[in-house]
Amino acid sequence: MSHSVSENFLKDLDYSVVQQCMHCGMCLPTCPTYDATKRESASPRGRIALMRAVADGKLEATKAFGDEMYFCLGCLACETACPAGVDYANLFEMARAETERVGALANPKRNLIRKFLLRWLFFSRARLRLVGRLLWIYQKLGLQTFVRKSGLMRLAPKQLRELEPLSPTVCNHFTPLGYHSEFRNPQSAIRNRRVGVLAGCVADLTFSDVNMDTIFVLEQNGCEVFVPAGQECCGSLHGHNGEWEMAKALARKNLDAFDVHVLDAIIINAAGCGSHMRHYDRLLEDDPAYLERAKLWSEKVRDISEYLVEIGFRKPAGKMNSKTRLTYHEACHLVHGQKSRSSRGHCSQRFRDMRWWNCPRQRGVVAAREFTTSPNPRWRRNCRRGKSSTSPPPGPSWWRRPTPAASSRS
Amino acid sequence: MNANILTELSRLLGADRVLTQREDLLTYAFDGTPILNEIPGCVVFPDSTEQISTILKLANEQRVPVVTRGSGTGLSGGSLPVPGCIVLCTVKMDRILNVDPANLTALVEPGVITMKLDEAAQPHGLFYPPDPGSMKISTLGGNVANNSGGLRGLKYGVTRDYVMALDVVLANGDILKTGTACVKDVAGYYLKDIFIGSEGTLGVITKILLKLVPKPKARKTMLATYSTMQAAAETVSAIIAQKIIPCTLEFLDRTTIRCVEDYAKIGLPLDVEALLLMETDGHPVVVEEEAAAMSRIAKENGAVAVTVARDNEEATRLASARRSAFSALARVAPTTILEDATVPRSHLAEMIGFIQKTAEKYKVKIGTFGHMGDGNLHPTFLTDERNTDEIHRVEQAFTEIFEKAVALGGTITGEHGVGLAKKKFLPLVTGPVGLGIHKQLKQMFDPNGILNPGKMF
Repeated sequence: MSHSVSENFLKDLDYSVVQQCMHCGMCLPTCPTYDATKRESASPRGRIALMRAVADGKLEATKAFGDEMYFCLGCLACETACPAGVDYANLFEMARAETERVGALANPKRNLIRKFLLRWLFFSRARLRLVGRLLWIYQKLGLQTFVRKSGLMRLAPKQLRELEPLSPTVCNHFTPLGYHSEFRNPQSAIRNRRVGVLAGCVADLTFSDVNMDTIFVLEQNGCEVFVPAGQECCGSLHGHNGEWEMAKALARKNLDAFDVHVLDAIIINAAGCGSHMRHYDRLLEDDPAYLERAKLWSEKVRDISEYLVEIGFRKPAGKMNSKTRLTYHEACHLVHGQKSRSSRGHCSQRFRDMRWWNCPRQRGVVAAREFTTSPNPRWRRNCRRGKSSTSPPPGPSWWRRPTPAASSRS
Repeated sequence: MNANILTELSRLLGADRVLTQREDLLTYAFDGTPILNEIPGCVVFPDSTEQISTILKLANEQRVPVVTRGSGTGLSGGSLPVPGCIVLCTVKMDRILNVDPANLTALVEPGVITMKLDEAAQPHGLFYPPDPGSMKISTLGGNVANNSGGLRGLKYGVTRDYVMALDVVLANGDILKTGTACVKDVAGYYLKDIFIGSEGTLGVITKILLKLVPKPKARKTMLATYSTMQAAAETVSAIIAQKIIPCTLEFLDRTTIRCVEDYAKIGLPLDVEALLLMETDGHPVVVEEEAAAMSRIAKENGAVAVTVARDNEEATRLASARRSAFSALARVAPTTILEDATVPRSHLAEMIGFIQKTAEKYKVKIGTFGHMGDGNLHPTFLTDERNTDEIHRVEQAFTEIFEKAVALGGTITGEHGVGLAKKKFLPLVTGPVGLGIHKQLKQMFDPNGILNPGKMF
């Protein structure tokens, strides 16, 4: 599979990847878009059939094709359900890349938004932080409250109006880039575990407290933590949106920032990022200058919850309020994308003396969130009609935090 | 496709329930059957018996073929479109209309997912026994149209044993109601039975009254391993000879065991020739007794080891091993062709031996698993559709396997149906007289041949 000299991403793909799908239909009941529409074209096997048609030259990557590929949430629940082991993540990224290559969905508005988000905003941490700081000022000065209360939002375009209430609260401080633990484990004669933490893009602005907790917990468990400066967004946003070259560029920057030869693990607390980061080796397979490091990187990427279990985390000694209830949310990309399933059982075992609250419909909650918040109008339409059985279950608000680190803080 | 028909369909159902775009049609060009592919003229999603009646009336007048389809998981090409046809997809008719604990029945629409019915019956202490491999997504309408089996066939029978009444729309749009909620009913011919397993060639099923049964209080699952397939088959014969009817007696051969373990990682031993999954259910005391007896019989008949599941969780895991067999095999080769030749139980070991010899003769790879309790085998060909030479050998091999099954008093298909894949072998089983009656029935119910034409015979 060669991305750089590609004429057609799907045609260039090793055919056995497409052929692996035997259209048995086992993916259908796990797919949130099929659940909502009951249409084959909105199911994994339907999408793969369309990709195969493009690979076979029976279909061009049309607008309808592109729409289906972007209707997919990328939750990868189908990968877990798939008995034949279809590499759907790879397929759908290629399909989106092909959609972008031929410009099947291109229009001036979309092009501008994509350019702004992918090429300008999320391509540079400096710009992202600048925008984050402006948003912070807007929120801190009470402007947001004013705008909301005054009804000014009614003047905004419909899409913006619907999304505004979802704009995240920016943290006062961002993640401390360039941080390096002063901590040395005094009791241990052996070398400390050395881990690098990727701060993420949005998480750096709005969940930097979770990043801080991640660092803290790692240190408490005997890890020497590095948060290298010069790191960028992991590039999953670009990879998932068909921008392979940008995804590669960001991967290279991160490989430059993190010394994979020295670090024992690269820690990430956002499951979607982790899912992408594990494939840096595939992403850079045509780049001899980076491939060796990319392979090491892919081997060493760990979700925080997975890593803590792996190193045998220390149970916190402090006393917890007896009313505190714990839960563990298995993120889609952790379970389906990263195939990491053991942490939940391990945690409930280690904290079995605590009060547990089980999230109903564990796997697929993120998809459910997408359902109500997605800017994709087709989603919201289906949601409003009440056709989905995947609407988010009621529960305490805090468990909806999109990062598994929130639940592994101990 | 004729534009007038499409306009008429859109007017009837609403534009969003009629798919005509090429990108949509391509995704309805197949079902669960390998290799077969045919693009339909349009796909419609009716919502009621009346709508289906109107669609068939229209199709009958205009002589447009109609192929009924549920979730499209069939393995015989039964729901494969024919060129220019209307695919009538029932998945949006997915309401469970009632579960009646007083009469032990459930009234459902054809698009209800098999497992959903079982889940709806659970709170009433009831269950719906037929459990085809695709039960998580297969529809009950499809189950009835194919008379689906499952893992519990030996003790609980197949879909036919649970259908009490049907609403069927006939080719001319007439609505037939056949059967009642009565256990005893001998008023006239039992017409519903003609539609069970009719594969969409005689009518469209729009409502189904199904029988439910009390959920067994206890269940015990065991796994026995053998160094020869013969020993496994002898165990099964011995268990039944001792008047024990387990709910499940499933076997996997060596190839299948390896694939399942690789996929599901449940700790299956890899150095054995055969594996037998046995399950008994019912009253707790009886279950304990039967489980002990089965375990003893297995050992007496040469089992290398017998593991009894400690709890429900382990039992479910062991059963899921068998459930994923087909799909796990699919990981090994690009194309997986699953057959379901079936023989009387007493000929099982002979049949399995024959399959292995046939695989060697034609140099093809076959993994075999299946329902040892009811003689239903699943020889699964692991091949590649792009290798025409090998596909030819695969066809020769399964022709011989079918002929052998019939010679042993068995049949060409135990539960997948005839569809397109086994069409040419049907006369082997029916004989000329039986085939003639098939054709007369079809002529009578569907004189213009619009319902799933070209399937079955």
